[in-house]
Amino acid sequence: MIELVGVTKTFNSGRPHQFTALNSVTLVVRPEEITVFKGPSGSGKTSLLTMIGCMARPTSGRIFLKGVAAALPFQEEGVEAVEITSLPERFLTAIRRSTFGFIFQQFNLINGISVLENVMLPAYTTGEGVAHVKARALSLLEQFSIGRHAAQRVELLSGGELQRVAIARALINNPAIIIADEPTAHLDSKLSEEFMAIVAQLKSEGRSVLIASHDPLVFDSPLIDSLVEMRDGEVVSSRSFR
Amino acid sequence: MKRSIERHLNILDFALSSLKRRRAKNFSLLAIYLLVIFLPASLLFFVSALKREAAIILSDAPDLVVQRLIAGRQDLVPKIYAEVIAGISGVSEVRPRLWGYYFDSWNGANYTIMTSDDRSLKQGKASVGSGVARSRKMKVGSMFPLRAEAKAPLILEVESIFSSRSDLMASDMIVITPEDFQQLFNFPAGQVTDLAVTAGNARELPTIAAKIVSLYPDSRPILKSEMQRTYQAIFDWRSGMVMLILAATMLSFIIFAWDKATGLSAEERREIGILKSIGWETSDVLLLKFWEGAVISLTAFLVGVILAYFHVFFFSAPLFAQALKGWSVLYPRFQLVPVLDAYQLVVLFLFTVVPYTTAIIVPCWRAATTDPDTAMRS
Amino acid sequence: MRRSLQFLLFIALNLIIVLLLPLHARNEQHAAARHDERLRSLHVTDLCLVTEARYSRHPAMADRHAAFQEHPLALEYFPSGSLITPPALLNTP
Repeated sequence: MIELVGVTKTFNSGRPHQFTALNSVTLVVRPEEITVFKGPSGSGKTSLLTMIGCMARPTSGRIFLKGVAAALPFQEEGVEAVEITSLPERFLTAIRRSTFGFIFQQFNLINGISVLENVMLPAYTTGEGVAHVKARALSLLEQFSIGRHAAQRVELLSGGELQRVAIARALINNPAIIIADEPTAHLDSKLSEEFMAIVAQLKSEGRSVLIASHDPLVFDSPLIDSLVEMRDGEVVSSRSFR
Repeated sequence: MKRSIERHLNILDFALSSLKRRRAKNFSLLAIYLLVIFLPASLLFFVSALKREAAIILSDAPDLVVQRLIAGRQDLVPKIYAEVIAGISGVSEVRPRLWGYYFDSWNGANYTIMTSDDRSLKQGKASVGSGVARSRKMKVGSMFPLRAEAKAPLILEVESIFSSRSDLMASDMIVITPEDFQQLFNFPAGQVTDLAVTAGNARELPTIAAKIVSLYPDSRPILKSEMQRTYQAIFDWRSGMVMLILAATMLSFIIFAWDKATGLSAEERREIGILKSIGWETSDVLLLKFWEGAVISLTAFLVGVILAYFHVFFFSAPLFAQALKGWSVLYPRFQLVPVLDAYQLVVLFLFTVVPYTTAIIVPCWRAATTDPDTAMRS
Repeated sequence: MRRSLQFLLFIALNLIIVLLLPLHARNEQHAAARHDERLRSLHVTDLCLVTEARYSRHPAMADRHAAFQEHPLALEYFPSGSLITPPALLNTP
C-alpha cells in the first residue's frame, strides 16, 4: 500500500516562473490493484508517479510504503511502513530498483545495444550472476512474444514491440509495483487493448500497477480497480470499482 | 565479494558495448592515445639505452685530456708539454694522442681518424668502423685511398672492420699508425692533437688540472667528470629532443582533458538519465565512466609501451635515428642493448593513464548526480 | 566468453608481456659482449651519434669556438646542432 500525506511539489520556487505541480495531495493507493490516474496534461499525474517511484522528492509532505516485501537492509524490526521521503539517495535507489518497475512514455530504451541487453540493464548493478539475469530476461521476452528479437538492436523494432521490451525491462527485477506513464500514447487501439491485457496479467501475478493516462481506452477500461481524477495539481475525485 | 565482482564485470560489459557503439570515435581516440604514449616511451627507452652506452664507453676514457687553445680556438699541443706534465705529482701517465677528422669529398662523409700504438697494426693497414665500410663498400682486404696533404694519396688496406655492435663507438672511425697519420695530414713533427693524462688518485684531478693551467696558460684540461656531465646534459630531459617530445605529450593530454572536461554530449546525458531512472546509483554511473576511460587508457598504455620497446630495441628506433642523422652521411646503426626499469614505467603511467581516467569522470559527476526525474520528462 | 572477461584477458596478456620486458632487457645486457680490445685501447671520449660537425661528433672535446667557426654571429645550420647542444657547463675557457 502506498500512502501520500500532504504532498506538494513546487518547481522554481521563489522565482518569477514558479509552478506548483502538486498541491497538498493526500491519497491511498491499495496493493495488488490497477490504479489509473486520469487528467489533462499539467494536472500533476507524472509528478505524482515520479515521487511515488522514488525518482524525485516532494517539496513538502510525506510518502509511505507499507507491506512492501523488499529486503531492505535498513528496515527496523516490527516497523511496517517505510517513509521514502526522508531516505538518503542510496536507499531510495535500492527501493527503486527492487520494488518498482517503470514504463516510460518515450520507452527510454538505450539505442545501439540489443533488446536483451536493454532488458538486463537494471539488474547489472545488483551483483546478481549474469547467467541468471540472462535466463530471466529471455523468459520475459518469450512471455511477451518477442523472444526472437533478443539479439536485435532496438532501433529496428516497431512501436508495439518496443512497448513490450519496455515492459520486460520493467519486470527484470521482479518488482511489486509497476508504474506506467502514458503507456498507450504511441500505440493504436489494438495494441492498447493488448497492453491492458498484459496489465491484467501482471495484476494476477500479485503486482500493483499505477498508470497515468488521458486515453479513454485506459481509464474507461473494465479491467481497472481504482480511478483517481486530477486537475491543476489536486485530486478532484477518487473512485474504487471494488 | 562475488556480488561485487559480478557488478564490476556487468558494468564493464556495458562499458565495452558503449564504446563499441561509437566505434569510429573511440577507435581514433585509442589510436591517438597510443601515439601519445608510444612517443615518450620510445624516447625514454632510447635515451636510457644511450645513457648506458655512454657510461660504458666513458668508463674507459682518460682521466684528463689536455688541449691547447690559441685565441679561443683549439690548436696543436707541443710534445714537450707531455714531458712536463708527466712530472706533476699525482700524474701516473701522459699519452700524446694523434687524431683528427677527414672529410671525404667522394661521399661527403666525415671520418674520425685515430692512431693506435698497437704493435699489431702495420703501416699501410687500417681498421675501419662498420659505417665507413658500408659507405665505401669495403671488405677486409679492400684498398682505399685518402687524399693526403702531399701530392700522392695515401693508400690503405682494410685489415679489419669493427663489428656493428661497436657502432656507437666507432662507426665513422679509421684507425691507422701514427706514421701514416703524419703522412696523411702532413702533421708537424713534435706536435700532437692532445694529451691523455692518467692520475693515480681521481680526487687529485682538479688540483692537477689547476697545476697544468698554471704551467701552461694556453692549455685547456678537460676532466673525465666533465665529459660525463656533457653526456648527462645531452640526455637530460631539459635538452633538445627530449624536451620537444615531452612538451608535445603534455600538450596532447591537456587537449584531451580539456575536451572531456567541457562536458558530455546530450546523448550521453540522456543515457545517464535513463540508467538512473532504471535503478543505477550515482556510484554505478561513475564506475561505468571510469571503466570506459580505463579500457582505452589501459589498452593504449600497455600496447604503446610494448610497441615502443619493439620500435627501439628490435627495429633500431628509425624515428629517432632519422632525427639524429641530420646531414650526416655516416651514422651508427642503433642496435641498442635494452634498458628498462619499473621506475620509468610507473612515471609514464602516472603522467598519462591517471590524468586521462580522472578527466573522464569529472564531467560525468554532475550528470550522474542529477535526479533521474529528467528522464521521465524528456 | 563474455566481453568483460575477454577484455580482462587481453589486458592480462599485455601486462605479462610488459612485465617480461625487463627480464629480456637484463638478459640482453648480460649477453652483450665487451668491445674490441683495440677499440678500448683507444680510450675514446665520445659516442658516435652524429658525424655532421666536429662539435656534434665530439661534444665532450668541443670548445666554445667550434660552433662559431665561420663568423662570430654564425647561426646553427646543422640539424643535429639543435639536438646535441654544446654543454652549458663548460667551466674552463
